Amino acid sequence: MSEPLLTLEGVHTHIGQYHILHGVDLVVPQGQLTMLLGRNGAGKSTTLRTIMNLWRASAGRIVFDGQDITRLATPQVARLGIGYVPEEMGIFGQLTVEENMILAARSGPMDEGRLNWVFELFPALKKFWKSRAGTLSGGQKQMLAIARAIIEPRRLLIVDEPSKGLAPSIINHLIDAFTQLKRTDTTILLVEQNFNFARSVGDNVAVMDDGRVVYSGDMQALAEDVALQRRLLGLSLDSHQ
Amino acid sequence: MTTEALERTKTFKPAEWIDAQPHYFLLLLMGALGFLAMIFYSWAHLAELGAEPTVLGALGKAASSWLTMTVAGLAMGLLIFIMASGMTLVFGLMHVLNLGHGAFITLGAFVGASALAALSGLTQADSLLVNLLAIALAMVAAMLVAGAGGLVFERLIVRPVYHDPLKQILVTVGGSIVILQLIIVFWGPNEIPVSRPGSLLGSFTFGDVVIEKYRLLAVVVGLAIYAGMQALINRTRIGLLIRAGVENTEMVENLGYRIRLLFVAVFVAGSALAAVGGVMWALYDQMIHSHLGDLRMVQVIIVIIIGGLGSITGCFYGSLLVGLLFNYLSLVTPMVAEFASIGLMFAVLMWRPQGLIPVIRV
Amino acid sequence: MLDALLSGDYPRSRALSALLLLIFVSLAFAPFLFPGTVAYQTYSKICVFIVLVASYDILLGYTSIVSFAHTMFFGIGAYAVAIALRDVGTGWDAVLLGTGVGLVISLLAGLAMGLLSLRVRAIFFALVTLAVASGFLILTFKLYTFTGGDDGIRFSVPRELRPSFKLLESDLTGFDVIGFLTTGSLQDALFKVSVNGRVVMYYLLFVICTLLFLLMLRVMNSPFGRVCQAIRENEFRAEAIGYRTVYFRTVNVCLAACIASLAGSLMALATRYAHPETFLSFGVMVNILLMTVIGGMGTLYGAVVGASLFLLAETYLQNGLGWVHARVEGIPLLADVLTPERWLMWLGILFVLSIYFFPKGIVGQLRVWAQARRARRSAGGDGETAAAPTLGRR
Repeated sequence: MSEPLLTLEGVHTHIGQYHILHGVDLVVPQGQLTMLLGRNGAGKSTTLRTIMNLWRASAGRIVFDGQDITRLATPQVARLGIGYVPEEMGIFGQLTVEENMILAARSGPMDEGRLNWVFELFPALKKFWKSRAGTLSGGQKQMLAIARAIIEPRRLLIVDEPSKGLAPSIINHLIDAFTQLKRTDTTILLVEQNFNFARSVGDNVAVMDDGRVVYSGDMQALAEDVALQRRLLGLSLDSHQ
Repeated sequence: MTTEALERTKTFKPAEWIDAQPHYFLLLLMGALGFLAMIFYSWAHLAELGAEPTVLGALGKAASSWLTMTVAGLAMGLLIFIMASGMTLVFGLMHVLNLGHGAFITLGAFVGASALAALSGLTQADSLLVNLLAIALAMVAAMLVAGAGGLVFERLIVRPVYHDPLKQILVTVGGSIVILQLIIVFWGPNEIPVSRPGSLLGSFTFGDVVIEKYRLLAVVVGLAIYAGMQALINRTRIGLLIRAGVENTEMVENLGYRIRLLFVAVFVAGSALAAVGGVMWALYDQMIHSHLGDLRMVQVIIVIIIGGLGSITGCFYGSLLVGLLFNYLSLVTPMVAEFASIGLMFAVLMWRPQGLIPVIRV
Repeated sequence: MLDALLSGDYPRSRALSALLLLIFVSLAFAPFLFPGTVAYQTYSKICVFIVLVASYDILLGYTSIVSFAHTMFFGIGAYAVAIALRDVGTGWDAVLLGTGVGLVISLLAGLAMGLLSLRVRAIFFALVTLAVASGFLILTFKLYTFTGGDDGIRFSVPRELRPSFKLLESDLTGFDVIGFLTTGSLQDALFKVSVNGRVVMYYLLFVICTLLFLLMLRVMNSPFGRVCQAIRENEFRAEAIGYRTVYFRTVNVCLAACIASLAGSLMALATRYAHPETFLSFGVMVNILLMTVIGGMGTLYGAVVGASLFLLAETYLQNGLGWVHARVEGIPLLADVLTPERWLMWLGILFVLSIYFFPKGIVGQLRVWAQARRARRSAGGDGETAAAPTLGRR
């Protein structure tokens, strides 16, 4: 494992009176794709939102690139170079695809080369460049959401269930996209329920249950150990398409 | 696309157009009804008017009064628009209902009036440009004071209650009372007359059409502000942030923007706009008093509900509708004129509860 | 018996109970404790406003409906009685007719308001009521031949309520509490109370207001009221369980409207004068809002405390400001700010501060403190609170 880019130490999160995260310990190594797996309600999305400080950690520490970001406001966390793609995607439906991308390119005009690369990954975006984002299909919106996060180089990408509700062909498309992203030395933390997706792109894996990380290790190791899969995730991951 | 599909897209379905562009529809409807009302009115009063009892003559009279009333209606409507635009913008972006908006209108009116009084050298000059300069300076003064007031108001009164609509209503009403009382402390409890600069007194007359010079100015200023706001919202990066923020504040923060700062800026802008509206209204009414803003607030509220909370375009058309309705009716049936806008509001609420141009889901 | 009277909604705080008792006794014996016309007007107004503010609390505190048109119902009740007594006659039949007509109109208006609140969201609704209230005010001015417009309506009341009517031949003796406390003289504190129509009027007012308040306590603590509170906490959930929130909200609005109308009728009878300024102005609406919030929303007792304190302050505290003003006469800005005329400004500041620091209002805060004290005592200091109260939640 390489140097950790992001570390969570004993992070607890309360939402109202509900104690969701019970001490999450997570290490996201630099330059690799870490999968965050777990059943529904395990606390995966909450973990991501806590990293972005959309929900305040009630205890524990979050360290990004050596800096303690536990109490940093959301915009500042983003400015450190973290791109977040939420579960609901957060597409601005009333704005055009172009305007969505302009907003995402914080530093100024979009780099031509980078934009072309994005168009290669997601051709639909070029086609609907001037259309209102709300008119895009679910898969296209997901692509736009990811495109927004990568239009400028980011140190860390945090993506929440990108394949949810998408057709298998589009999922394969996303797998290609992430594989390409990995080659650009971007660190990625990916929450997924689709293990096929996970296995194709993941280097490391952390499994959550009841607001805690109960297993972390190499993706290959988990993929080969069916008994371990059953224990952690309740079913054999081979059957989980 | 096939030729049949192309054919289909070209057919015009009235019901769909009405639904898609309700503001144009209502405006056209009102203009037409206003014209019909004028014809009826002229015909009914032909004997008194001593006009030629021919259809053409009546039409001519009708057209003249219609034109006069339409300009008056547009002027009044645009004045209301200037006052209302700030409030609907603040609500659209921040979901904050600032019932203290009226106090900023009043504040602007008083500051503007004092500024005009201080600039009497400019206001009494004969040149139109010099007069306009005086008004512009008065506006700037009003905007600065109201903007500063807005900054303080947002920090002290509004920020602690961002997510609580009930408390927002309560504290902004409380804050409004305090501001108004402070105005009385500085300016006294009495009404203060405001005189229009020389070159803006009187009217232009073309035959039977009478257009007050100041109303013409109001129309120009109102349209300029509307155009300016549209340009800002649709063509600048800040406008982009505002439009995105209206949809999803959290996502804008995820993209790395400190939207809280934008909130403050918009609130200050909203207060400044209210102040400009106050100055313009002060010159329109030629009298200011501490209840000025509160009286206007009723129309402001009606207009932003008709237009759709959060929509500037809707606010624009809603204001025009209210202004036109009031003026058309005040000639034909003055008794009803003052309730007409309330009636219009209910009519729109029954038809489209989210307003003409929905931004916020009802 | 107290349980039945208060419908199980106890004050739940010793301080509050003491305060309420003090207010009740003071009002019950007011003509015999506080001499003078100003005092008479004040304590009569307190009785009326307790009921009016409580009816507004039903809307604001129990149903979470923010309405700026409550004065409309108040005014309808007042003007109905005024017009009846002006045009029909000066007997009790006219009084009943006027009150009844006012009730019916308010009921219908309340129904309309309730139905409207379903069509639009809360924020819209508040704004719409603002527009409607102002429209109603304009209507009152426009129909001046009927309503007296800017001058209002002065009218005569039934014989039994007039000052000339004597219920008892001989006068009774009253004891001027405030006078006694300020001068210390027992002899000077005694004053003659002529038991005339004005006293009869006051007790009519007092009895009816007490009954109306107890009625409201009963309704809001009944199963019906319990559902209303559930709706306030989580409307979606209540709807999902099976309660038609439409129905409950509308009933609440109608109840509030009718009671406000009755309050208006009583107030008109007491003052023999119906005028837009006293019944329909935005100033009155703001005062009601202030009293409800400062007293404590959703408690009903908050109305008692809020109305009493506010109206006492309005009448007598301005003197206090005058006292302060005399001492800062010379200082330029301070003198302009610390003057009885700027009473409303200080009220506004107090209002804003109370929303931030005492959002529960006086009654709510007293109850919170009392509960904390009880918890400390019963748990012996381990911090766990006792079981949550089951009746009249706040």
